[in-house]
Parts: sequence; structure tokens; C-alpha cells
Amino acid sequence: MSDQTGEDERVRDEGYDDLLDAIESGEGYYLECPEGHGSLPPRRVCPHCGATDLEEVALPETGDIETYTEVHVPAPSFADDAPYVTAVADFGGVRLTGQLRGSEAEEIEVGTAVAVGVGESATTDERVLVFRPA
Amino acid sequence: MTGVRVAGVGLTHFGSHPERTGRDLFAEASERAFADAGVDRTDVAQLNYGNFMGELSEHQGHQGPLMAEAAGLTAPATRYESACASSGVAVREAVKDVRNGEADVVLVGGAERMNNLGTTGTTEALAIAADDLYEVRAGMTFPAAYALMARAYFEQYGGSKEDLAEIAVKNHDNALENEFAQFQKSISVEQALDAPTIADPLGLYDACPITDGASAAVLVSDEYADEHDLDAPVAITGTGQGGDKMALQDRRYLARTPAAEYAAAEAYDDAGVGPQDVSVAEVHDCFTIAEVLAIEALDFYAPGEGIGAAARGETTRDGDRPVNLSGGLKAKGHPVGATGGSQIVEMTRLLRGDHPNSDAVPGDIGVTHNAGGTVASTTVHVLEVDE
Ligand SMILES: [Zn+2]
Repeated sequence: MSDQTGEDERVRDEGYDDLLDAIESGEGYYLECPEGHGSLPPRRVCPHCGATDLEEVALPETGDIETYTEVHVPAPSFADDAPYVTAVADFGGVRLTGQLRGSEAEEIEVGTAVAVGVGESATTDERVLVFRPA
Repeated sequence: MTGVRVAGVGLTHFGSHPERTGRDLFAEASERAFADAGVDRTDVAQLNYGNFMGELSEHQGHQGPLMAEAAGLTAPATRYESACASSGVAVREAVKDVRNGEADVVLVGGAERMNNLGTTGTTEALAIAADDLYEVRAGMTFPAAYALMARAYFEQYGGSKEDLAEIAVKNHDNALENEFAQFQKSISVEQALDAPTIADPLGLYDACPITDGASAAVLVSDEYADEHDLDAPVAITGTGQGGDKMALQDRRYLARTPAAEYAAAEAYDDAGVGPQDVSVAEVHDCFTIAEVLAIEALDFYAPGEGIGAAARGETTRDGDRPVNLSGGLKAKGHPVGATGGSQIVEMTRLLRGDHPNSDAVPGDIGVTHNAGGTVASTTVHVLEVDE
């Protein structure tokens, strides 16, 4: 359960927080198995085929929004952020789920190109994957 | 391999009962089930019990033995947790154990207490059925997840908010005579469309309510039913379970539910029936779009064809294949861990003729579809009248 007050520091999740660090510095990546299946860390095996030799592959600069929603009833850890837009975007090898910022809900369409970055929750100051129109 | 019969069923009222504990709710449902079954509690070999958020809502883990006590059993008891499919999985495991001779009598069911958490607490508790790292931390809630699926469906196949509203209207209408249902009031398409947005394109009336309640059923082997001369005309003849990736972003499809497609195919094959043989269904409509995905996964409709079924009157009470005659999760309510078991209860009553909507059932084969999370877990069961 996420912490509502933000008083307790979350335990660092190696794979996930490493990825956010990398995205923040413009060096996002995903994991790829020999069969070409993409997945996100933390991961020891390919979730699609079970292969264990996973390689880091550069995340494409932009992805396309595949679906999105403007959330009006938020989870408590985003209470002060609502309404906000959560979207799933296709980056080729993998899809990412993030919050779309810098765009009005009315302007969004499926297929809109976005770049991925890291922002903060206005409620908890925790890091959030964010998309911005590319 | 023996057949499995539903000897007796019981529900509590589904609704807002924040002052009632899970153990009190399950005690009531199981008492009804035993009274209905006419089965001696000392014959019960095990309790298979479904519950999802007990640690968060009641500070209570290890609910199996606690609920056995509440039901007046000394038998071993196990809690099954598979998010909103918790008691569907409990039923499936009970069916397997009765079939393979491990047990002649099993009590199955589930309970959930939710209203004492409030809307905010429930939203957060339900969210733990999604991927914490990649979904919850991006602001995903359950309504948001189904909204993402609804948008993807509209984009790929078409459909409108009006089509979804027709599903809500239908399910509210079906619950009118159901004394166990949370909402026994009809709504109009206009009301549904005018309701506040939760996560667009889904509004308040596209969502099931927050519900407290419990379900229970006594399952017995054919031999036990014969020996004890039980009146148990409904049999569970097919069971299936499917799985999918936890997070939506990792799925092959955003507007289809392969876990349910797999579970349905397995259950049909197990029962030796096909979708064309099924005349009535109870499906997991936690959101209106979920009913569309369910009736397509059950192969009543091809992908993209199920969206207008309620509007066309095909799944309504006077339709050829009514869906959610109980009112569904939408109007009957969705006490998460009790839901899969409650579908068995409602379908049993519908098929044996003592449900207020039994007259609307056009045949004697029914299907129940119970989905966990954003359909990363699903169970499907086939029930048949077998006098
Ligand atoms: Zn692979």
C-alpha cells in the first residue's frame, strides 16, 4: 500500500528505480530476449517465453498513445493531482503506462506521439512516469 | 469421476453494512446454504473460502479457519485469493476435489467487507489488484483500468457511452425483484449518461458499487446426493480457468480478454457443451464494458459484436440469452471475494426455478464468468439442470 503522507521513504526497488533514473537522464531502456520479446524491469526471465538472457535495449524516443483516460476519482496517492490523464503508450518493443502532462484532455487522441519522462505526484512527491506530446 | 451437485445455496443481502464483520456475513450466508441443502455440517470435508482485502479492511488474515468456525465447521479451511475472482477459484478447486474423490461435501463461498474503508480506502485497496510498479504508481485505479479498455474497444470496434448505459439500465432492471441486491431501483439511459465521470468514458453508473456481503454453496458428489436422497437438480458440469499478464500494458490485447476466452473454452469442453447451448449467463460486469468483454470471451459474440447486445434486447430479460438476471455486479453489488460464489448461488436458483427471474430463463444450461483484476485471472463454470 502506498504511503499517503509521504513521511516514510519507500524502499528502493532496484529494477524499477534504476529505469526511472535512466529515463530521467534520457537513457531509457527496456529488456529484450533472444526471441525479441520486450519487457520492463525488474525481470530475471522473459515473461513471454521464459528465456533468461535478457539484454537492455534503448527505449525509442517516442511512442504512440494507444488508450487513455482522464481520472476524476483518484487513488489517495494522487488526491491532489486529479483530474489527471493516465495513458498506455506503445514504444515498439514495450508499452508503458504513464500520466500525460502538458496537454488538455480534449486535445488527446489515440495515436498521438509522446515522449517519456519522469515527473512527480503533486500529492506525495513520489516519482511518476509521465508522457508529454512529442 | 463423480459428478458435482449444488445441494444448497445462501447469500446475505448485498449492500452497505459497515457495522457487520466478515465473519458475521459469512455465518449468515453459510447458515442459509446448509438450511437449503439439508446437509449435516459434520459431513463437510473442507471449506474453500474466497476473500481479497481482509488484511486491509478488517486487519484479518488467515480467514479460512475463522470462517470455518463462523460456519460451525471443524473441517480444514483454506482461503483463496485471486482478486475479484477469489471465490470463483475457490469453487473451481472444490469441484476438482469432489470429482477426484478427495471430498464428498465441500462448503464454498466467500465474503468481503468494504464499506468501512470508505470510497478512498476502497479505491486504494482495489488498486492493489493491479501492478504496483507500473500501473498504480502511474495513477491507475480500477475504474481507470477499465476506462482504458473501454477506450481501446471503442477505438478498435466502435461503440458508444449509450451502448454502455443500456447495460447498466438492463442490470438495474433485473435486480428489481432480487431481495439480495444492493440496488432495487431502475435507472434510465439519460440518468446513466448524466452521471458524474469517474474515469472517462466511464461514469458513476458504469461502475459497480462498494458492497459488503457473503455467498455460500454446499457442493456434494452424485453419490452423496443419492445416498442422502437430496433434492439437488443443478450440477456443475464444467470448470475452466485462464490467466494473463498482470498489467494491461503487457497484454497482447487491450480490448479482448484471452484469460476469459481460455477459461470459457476449457469449461465448455469439460461440460461437453458449446456457447450455442447456453441459454443464460451471470458475468463479471464490474464495469459496463466488462460485460461486453465477457459475452465476447464466452463466445456468444465475435470480438466487437457484443457492444450492442443489451441495446438490441438480446441479453435483456426477455431476450434470447439473458445476461445477469441477478442484476449483475452492477446492481446486485460486488463484495469482491464473495462474487464468484454468488454467481453460482444465483445461477443455481435461476436454473432450479426459485429465483424471482427464473421465468426469464429460456433453457437449462447456464454459465458463470468471474474475473480478477483487469481479467488477469478468470474462472468460468457451466451449470446444468440434471434431474
Ligand atoms: Zn521471450
